[in-house]
Amino acid sequence: MPITVSMTVNGKAVTGEIEPRTLLVQFIRENLKLTGTHVGCDTSQCGACVVHIDGTSVKSCTTLAVQVDGADVHTIESLADGDTLHPMQEAFRENHGLQCGFCTPGMVMSAVDLVKENPDPSEQEIREWLEGNLCRCTGYHNIVKSIKAGAAAMRG
Amino acid sequence: MNATGIGAAVKRKEDFRFLTGQGTYTDDINRPGQAYAYILRSPLAHANIKNIDTTAAKAADGVLAVFIGDDMAADGVGGIPCGWGVNNKDGSAMAEPAHPALAQGKVRYVGDQVAIVIAETYTQAKDAAETISVDYEELPAVINMEAALAGGPLVHDDAPGNMSYDWGLGDLDAVNEGFKNATQVSKIDIVNNRLIPNAMEPRAGIGEYDTATGEYTLYTTTQNPHVIRLLMGAFVLNIPEHKLRIVSPDVGGGFGSKIFHYAEEAILTWAAGKIQRPIKWTAERSDAFISDAHGRDHITHAELAMDADGKFLALKVSTKANMGAYLSTFATSVPTYLYGTLLAGVYSTPAVYVEVKSVFTNTVPVDAYRGAGRPEASYLLERLVDRAARETGHSQVDLRRKNFIPNDAFPYQTPVALAYDSGDYNASLDEALKRADVVGFEARKAESERNGKRRGLGYSTYIEACGIAPSAVAGALGARAGLYESANVRVHPTGSVTVYTGSHSTGQGHETAFAQLVSDTLGVSLESVDIVHGDTNKVQFGMGTYGSRSLAVGGEALMKALNKITDKAGKIAAHCLEASEADIEFKDGQFSVAGTDKSMAFSDVALTAYVPHNFPHETLEPGLEENAFYDPANFTFPGGCHICEVEIDPDTGTVSVENFVAVDDVGRVINPMIVEGQVHGGVAQGIGQALLEGCIYDESGQLTTGSFMDYTMPRADNIPNMDVGNTVTLCAHNSLGVKGCGEVGAIGSPPAVINAIVDSLWGLGVRDIAMPATPQKIWQAIATAQTSQAAE
Repeated sequence: MPITVSMTVNGKAVTGEIEPRTLLVQFIRENLKLTGTHVGCDTSQCGACVVHIDGTSVKSCTTLAVQVDGADVHTIESLADGDTLHPMQEAFRENHGLQCGFCTPGMVMSAVDLVKENPDPSEQEIREWLEGNLCRCTGYHNIVKSIKAGAAAMRG
Repeated sequence: MNATGIGAAVKRKEDFRFLTGQGTYTDDINRPGQAYAYILRSPLAHANIKNIDTTAAKAADGVLAVFIGDDMAADGVGGIPCGWGVNNKDGSAMAEPAHPALAQGKVRYVGDQVAIVIAETYTQAKDAAETISVDYEELPAVINMEAALAGGPLVHDDAPGNMSYDWGLGDLDAVNEGFKNATQVSKIDIVNNRLIPNAMEPRAGIGEYDTATGEYTLYTTTQNPHVIRLLMGAFVLNIPEHKLRIVSPDVGGGFGSKIFHYAEEAILTWAAGKIQRPIKWTAERSDAFISDAHGRDHITHAELAMDADGKFLALKVSTKANMGAYLSTFATSVPTYLYGTLLAGVYSTPAVYVEVKSVFTNTVPVDAYRGAGRPEASYLLERLVDRAARETGHSQVDLRRKNFIPNDAFPYQTPVALAYDSGDYNASLDEALKRADVVGFEARKAESERNGKRRGLGYSTYIEACGIAPSAVAGALGARAGLYESANVRVHPTGSVTVYTGSHSTGQGHETAFAQLVSDTLGVSLESVDIVHGDTNKVQFGMGTYGSRSLAVGGEALMKALNKITDKAGKIAAHCLEASEADIEFKDGQFSVAGTDKSMAFSDVALTAYVPHNFPHETLEPGLEENAFYDPANFTFPGGCHICEVEIDPDTGTVSVENFVAVDDVGRVINPMIVEGQVHGGVAQGIGQALLEGCIYDESGQLTTGSFMDYTMPRADNIPNMDVGNTVTLCAHNSLGVKGCGEVGAIGSPPAVINAIVDSLWGLGVRDIAMPATPQKIWQAIATAQTSQAAE
C-alpha cells in the first residue's frame, strides 16, 4: 500500500508515492534521480549515503523516507553554487582527498557537519568523526588533510 | 617544464563531477523500460541441486521471468572462461573444470549463482526469489587447503585431488647445490591471509538488447571493457564484437576485483535478450562479500641458504594457493607468473626454485587483488630475510645491502625468468632510513620501554613487476590474450583534442595524467583535452587497467599516437610555411622554420588539416587523427623501501603504527600528487592486511566475515599519516621512463608492518605473528612465549 511523503530536498518541495519500507536513499536516488548520494553497504557502515536532515548528517540508508516526512533534506548536489565549489569540496579537490569518488559525497557531507559542530577539529578529532565513513582508495591521509583545510576555509 | 605537463602536480580534471555528485556510476544509469534483477545465491557451500521450483516466483507480483542454469544450458550458453593456462611440472595442462554462469546440478560455494529473478522493481524480484524452492542435497564441503589436498571431498569430479595444477619454476639442481654449500639456513612457514577487496562501489550491471539492430549492450563495473567483450562475447554468449557493446562509466574503485568476467554479466546480457527489456542488477554489499573474487590466500614454506658471510646462495619455496571453487579469469596466473617470478626480489640470490599447488575449495573464487601475487612474494621474502638477519646476527640493513643486486648489474637476469631493466635499491633504502630517523630509533624505543610499551622497526625492500606485459612473454607463459594497449588521438579542427584510450580509470586519475601527456607533447592546455575510456563503441580496443599498467602501457601507446600526430602536423606545417620538413621545429605548441621567424600555432595546423584547400593530396592526407598500439618490450620493475615503526602495549596487544615511511621508485613521475595518493591508498590496504583484515570461513563453508560489521576495513582512525618519498631510476625500455605506482603501497607495506611487530616482541621470545596481527593474537603470542620461556 503506497503512502505519500513530502519533504524539502535541496530547497525544493517534493512529494512521492512510495512503499512504506522505502529508504530515504532509495527515495533520493530512484524517485528524485539525485544519484550523487551512494549506497556502498547494507549495514550502515560505509557512510557513502550521508545527507543532511535538518542540518545534521545522517546515513540515508538507515532512514526510512517516511521518517523524514516534512524535513529539510540536503544532498551533495546542493553544496556547490553553480561552478563554485563549497569550501569543503574545494579543499578535497585541492588536497587530492578523493580518487574514485564513490565515498566522496558522504565524506564531504559528513565533514561539513563536523565543522559545523567543531570549527577547528584536530587530526585526531577528524579521524574519530570519520569512523562512520569508509574509503578504500585514499588511505584517509588526504581526506584528513582536506577536512583540516576545508575547516580553515569555512572559518574564513 | 610545462605547467600542466609531465611532472606537474596539477589538480584532477575529474574531481568537479565527483565532488558535486555528478559522477556517473553504473547504478546511476537507468534505461528506458528497465526491469530489475535479483540473483538467488546458494546458501550452502557444497550441494547437489535435486530440483528448483520457480512456479510461485514466476507467478509473483511484477515478475517478468525467472531463469535457472538449465535455461542457459538449453540456449547453449558457455561457461565462464579462465584467461590463463598454467601447465603442471610435467608439462601437462592444468585441470580446468567447467564454470557455469548459473549453477547446473551442483553448487560449490556459498554465493554460487542459482537463479535470476527479473521483475518490474527490485523489491518485487527480491521478494519473489524468497519463494523459489531449491531442493539441495548437502554434500560435505572442503574449506581448508591442506584438507582439500589430503583426500578431502572433491569440489570438481574432473579435478583429482582438488588440484588445478602443480607448477614449478627454477633450477632445482642448482638450488639443492646451494643448500649443500650453505653454512646457515633460515626457514619460515607463513600464511598470506585471504582478503576481500571491497571497492566502495558494489558491482552492478545493466543488460540490454536492441531488437532493431540485434545489438547487445552491457553497462558494467569493469576495469577492462574490451576484455569483458572478448571473454563474454566469444566464449560465453557467442555474440560477435560488432553486436556487443560494453560500457563501463565511472567505476568506484576496483583494486583488481573488477577485472574479471563475472557470471552476473553474462546472465544479465543473455536474459536481456530473452525478455527484450533492459535489466538492471546492483550487488548489495552482502552479495559482494560472497561473489566478488577474493584475494591472496597462500600457505608457504620457504628456506634460504646462506654462506658464512650471509650471502644468499639459494631459495626454495613451496606454496599452496587457494583458487576457491572455480578458476576466475586470471586466478591461475596470480600464484605463478605474478608470484614465483618475483621471488628473487631485489637480491642477487643465484638459485631460486618455487613450486605451487593450486587448490580447489568450496569458497568464493580467488583472483588478483591489488598487487596480485607480488604482495605474496614480497611478504614471503621480506619476512624470511628479516628472520635470516636475526638468526645470523646481521642488522636488517646490512644483510639486505650485502645481497642487493648492485647498480652495475642491470639489466639483471634473475633465476626465475624475469630480466630487471633498472633499479637502485640502496638509494631507496638510504632515503627511507633518513626519513624514518632510524638513527633516533633506540632513544624512542627506550622511551617506550620506560612507559611499559614495546617499540619495533620493520623493513621491507621490495620489487614488483608491472606494466603487464609483453604479449610474446605473456603468451609463452600461457596468457590467452595479448597484453598491449591502444590509443587514438583525435585533434579537432580548432585544436582541441580527444584521446580514446583502452586503459580505464577506477579512480586513478587518468583523465588528468593522460591529459598531461597531451599537454606536454602538443603544448595545448589541459582544458582542451578530453580522455575517453570505458566504452567499446567509442574506444578502438584496449586491454584495460590492472597490474599498474595504465601509464606504462596505455601512456606509452598514447605517446606513440601523439608522436604520429606531431609528425603529421609537422608535414602540414612544412607545407604551409613553404619549408622543408627537416627544417620544421616544434616547441611549446608552435611549429617554426629553423633559423627564421616563420611559425604556425598547433591550432592553426589543426584547422588547416581539416580545411585543406591547397594540400598536395597525393602526399598529404587531410585530417589530424592517429592511432597506435603499443606492446612493451618487458615488464617494468618498480621497487623501494618501506619502514614501519610500531609501538605495542604488551598488556593489551594493541598496535599503534607510529610512523610509516614509503620510498618508492616508480620511474618518472607524471603527476606527483596522484602518485602520492596511490601510495597512500596502497599502504592503507597493506596495513589493513597486516593488522585488520582477514576473511574467515567456518568449517561448513559459511563466510563468517560477510559484512562490514564482521570484516575489519581500515577506518580513518586505524591508519596513520604516511611519509611518502621517491627515488627515480627510469624504466629503460619505454619512452616516458615510467614504471607504475598503483600497487607499490600494497606490495611493500605488509612485511614492514609485521617485521616491526616481530622486532618489538623478539626480545620477549615471539618469533612470528600471523596476519592480521590483531591485539588478541599479539597478546596470545606474548603470553605463549613467556609461558614457554618460564618453562625453560
